[in-house]
Amino acid sequence: MSPPQRERRPRETGDPERLYVLTGGPDGTERAPLDLVTMVVARTEPTPTVQPEQAAILRLCRAPLSVAEISAYLSLPFSVVTALLTDLLATELVESRAPIVRAALPDRSLLEAVMHGLQKL
Amino acid sequence: MDFRNSETITGPRREDVLPTTATAAVKVVIVGGFGVGKTTMVGSVSEIRPLTTEETMTQAGVGVDDNLEGKTATTVAMDFGRISISDELILYLFGTPGQERFWFLWNGLFEGALGAVVLIDTRRLEVSFDVIGRLEERGVPFVVAVNTFPDAPRHPVEALRTALDLPPEVPIVDCDARGRASCRDVLLTLMRYLHSLSL
Repeated sequence: MSPPQRERRPRETGDPERLYVLTGGPDGTERAPLDLVTMVVARTEPTPTVQPEQAAILRLCRAPLSVAEISAYLSLPFSVVTALLTDLLATELVESRAPIVRAALPDRSLLEAVMHGLQKL
Repeated sequence: MDFRNSETITGPRREDVLPTTATAAVKVVIVGGFGVGKTTMVGSVSEIRPLTTEETMTQAGVGVDDNLEGKTATTVAMDFGRISISDELILYLFGTPGQERFWFLWNGLFEGALGAVVLIDTRRLEVSFDVIGRLEERGVPFVVAVNTFPDAPRHPVEALRTALDLPPEVPIVDCDARGRASCRDVLLTLMRYLHSLSL
């Protein structure tokens, strides 16, 4: 029995389902460009002035943690976490490091490092 | 906002805490149709119990305006796991049950990924067609992993390549999504493929 055959998709001329991630504060302020795997680490213990959610982030990020993990542990949507982090970054209570993305390729040494690490599993 | 007291938040288990040197991250996305074993694969190779993140997305209704009326909000959930490659470098794996069309609208999810694994089930090959087309459109490099369910029909690799309309260089490998070594080998296949593309 032969498998079913994939037909190439016709080029979409428009996007009938226009979906938007909720970004930007209600006051129109910009949010920090954070990826799901941007690594975040706290620079300080929680201060009395921060919101409870932000205090929780500062506690979680005593060791480095990705934005996705912060979202998971706090049970908050990604966009809510990025809004909270934007404030914490602006006040320098946390620091972040953007992920290494494909646009940065060809970085063969990075891929070799990943292969080396996987082979140790 | 309904938020638990921050003192009660459960963070990573002690053994899951990353070293302070862990500041470089890369990600790989595992895609495929509903029920092909993506979440299983994430769980098989992850060093942490898989976690779930979510995002709220809105769909514009007819007659778009600036308030939320006429729009419907959709919550897109995604499971993910983690592999420490070294003291500095962390690999994150994302995969989720269903709702694939929404992932591609999650800004940066694919753009920022090194590449993708398309997991397929030969009993329902057609559920993977759409996602392959979307990866091609976005120029995301991928490998195909055939999750070998015991009762699934076995097709020669070249028959699958023809059915999926894939160019000869795209790797197609068998795997057992429940097996750690097997899933690791799929990721290695992806890295070798990306490496060959960067030559």
